[in-house]
Amino acid sequence: MANKVLMKGNEAIGEAAIHAGCQCFFGYPITPQTEVAAYMARRMPKIGRVFLQAESEVAAINMVYGAAGAGVRVMTSSSSPGISLKAEGISYIAGAELPCVIINIVRGGPGLGGIQPAQSDYFQATKGGGHGDYRLVVYAPASIQELVDTVQEAFDVADQYRVPVMVMGDGMLGQMMEPVEFKDRNTTRNLPEKTWAANGLRGRQKHNVINSLFLKPEELEQHNRRLQAKYAEIEKNEVKYEEYNLDKEVDLTVVAYGTTSRIVKNAIKMLEKEGINIGLIRPITLWPFPSKAIEDAAEKSKYGFISVEMSEGQMVEDVKLAVNGKKPVYFYGRSGGMVPTPAEVANKIREIVGGAK
Amino acid sequence: MAIVFERPKALLDVPTHYCPGCTHGVIHRLVAEVIDELGIIDRTAGVAPVGCSVLAYDYFACDMYEAAHGRAPAVATGIKRAVPDSIVFTYQGDGDLAAIGTAEIVHAAARGEKITTIFVNNAIYGMTGGQMAPTTLPGQVTETSPYGRDINTQGHPIRVSEMISTLDGAVYVERVSVDSVPNIIKAKKAIKKAFELQMQGKGFTMVEVLSICPTNWGLSPNESIKWLRDNMMPFYPLGVKKDITAGEVK
Ligand SMILES: Cc1ncc(C[n+]2csc(CCOP(=O)(O)OP(=O)(O)O)c2C)c(N)n1
Ligand code: SF4
Repeated sequence: MANKVLMKGNEAIGEAAIHAGCQCFFGYPITPQTEVAAYMARRMPKIGRVFLQAESEVAAINMVYGAAGAGVRVMTSSSSPGISLKAEGISYIAGAELPCVIINIVRGGPGLGGIQPAQSDYFQATKGGGHGDYRLVVYAPASIQELVDTVQEAFDVADQYRVPVMVMGDGMLGQMMEPVEFKDRNTTRNLPEKTWAANGLRGRQKHNVINSLFLKPEELEQHNRRLQAKYAEIEKNEVKYEEYNLDKEVDLTVVAYGTTSRIVKNAIKMLEKEGINIGLIRPITLWPFPSKAIEDAAEKSKYGFISVEMSEGQMVEDVKLAVNGKKPVYFYGRSGGMVPTPAEVANKIREIVGGAK
Repeated sequence: MAIVFERPKALLDVPTHYCPGCTHGVIHRLVAEVIDELGIIDRTAGVAPVGCSVLAYDYFACDMYEAAHGRAPAVATGIKRAVPDSIVFTYQGDGDLAAIGTAEIVHAAARGEKITTIFVNNAIYGMTGGQMAPTTLPGQVTETSPYGRDINTQGHPIRVSEMISTLDGAVYVERVSVDSVPNIIKAKKAIKKAFELQMQGKGFTMVEVLSICPTNWGLSPNESIKWLRDNMMPFYPLGVKKDITAGEVK
């Protein structure tokens, strides 16, 4: 029998990281993710690992930079305004090609915004956030079990490609409780040894340097090209998504991720009874984005697509790029911490399908 | 014949980019000599700042990190916490440490982070071409205080060593200068002591080094040394600001 325990999303994140061998956690409190830090504060010292509350998000992410450079598995966690502060460090980490895991339990913005669940950091997470030509691998799990599995996977992906990986949930996922199981997992990935780590020569002949500075333009361009090649590899290997109800022709395909996808599934069930057939593509990786799956669904989706988000239309841009004009793309979103109801989503879909019919 | 003077092993055999006469090179050498003498190169990691010493990672032979502007103490914290038996130092200018990185240095010191900071105070932003730093003296002319630093509008200089020494986590803070041979010898002693206390796990240690910037001060190296003595030393008095081991029987 599987050992299931009832856990709050934020605490499950902490436990998942511990299971993945996370050696150091550096954080700073911000709602709605503070329980991650509190959980780590309780657990990490007990097992001889490091928990440190930094003086700011800026410091926390730079501590991550130091620990990652020293070759240990390291994680930090924050929510939207805190991630903005971490953006500087994330860019440096990407530039120095260091592996780490960053949790973002998103709340509404811009600015201080609110503390309720939102998905309005999509642009920031997938299009940069910090300066320079870099990418983050961004996961958006939809259940606490998936959150746990994703956090563990994130450490492996970070180590395999030497990249920062973000696991993005909304406040809802962080705060709700669900039964989860922590499986002992052995990665099937071939994780390279961290011969680049800088923690003292320890008999090594040449010193290791953790750095993102390339003063010669030719060298920086070369570095950027190398990063891009790595990102292309990630796009090839790491796209993850779920298809729901798409084993047949549908009237419309919804694209939604995280908590929103669960709401959409309920709306789909409501509409089924009225003879309206709706499919769902749920990106599990927001970057790399499941563009091909969406493009492929265009033929099956009679009246096109709708992006349903807890933001004012951020992911819809990627959906449009994927669909590439083959079908219309609609949008429905709430923001500011407003969570759409299944009825609301169903209404919007009826409007589109009815109008098209 | 016995060799009496050679390049410290902790420094790589490469030319540096520092301006002629600049004392950054002297300070590098002192740190490297201390690493050699303590025999710790195998477990030392240094963190270079943003500033003229941004390329320090190309000069030191130990493992090195380049940090974001001001963030070296946080990076050092991450390294030291991840690998507690490592010896970690940051090398930071006054713009880096006393302006954009004030929070990081204050909190690393307050936490008693077992790292050593070499704080190079040349009263100016060197790398960006001579703008006012938090350590720029009242009346001092810089690119961004062209009429002389006016304390009414541009505020007062920060005496970093005095400030840091008020923090309980700081165990050893000394201000030294590299303007003369006797002072250079004292500077090295201070740096060595700071590393030794780190090795004993006592807490945060910092050595502030008064340094010159002939290029941006618009003076010859000799005039710069004189300017340092006449203007910086009275404002930033040399000496031990804090030493928790003072009075300990050795
Ligand atoms: C975030 C950020 N802001 C500004 C800069 C530009 N910058 C580079 S060096 C420097 C000043 C460094 O001065 P200081 O620390 O006194 O060192 P020095 O050059 O005098 O040795 C500044 C502002 C930067 N690189 N990053
Ligand atoms: S600009 Fe000033 S601090 Fe920088 S290398 Fe030249 S003399 Fe030294």
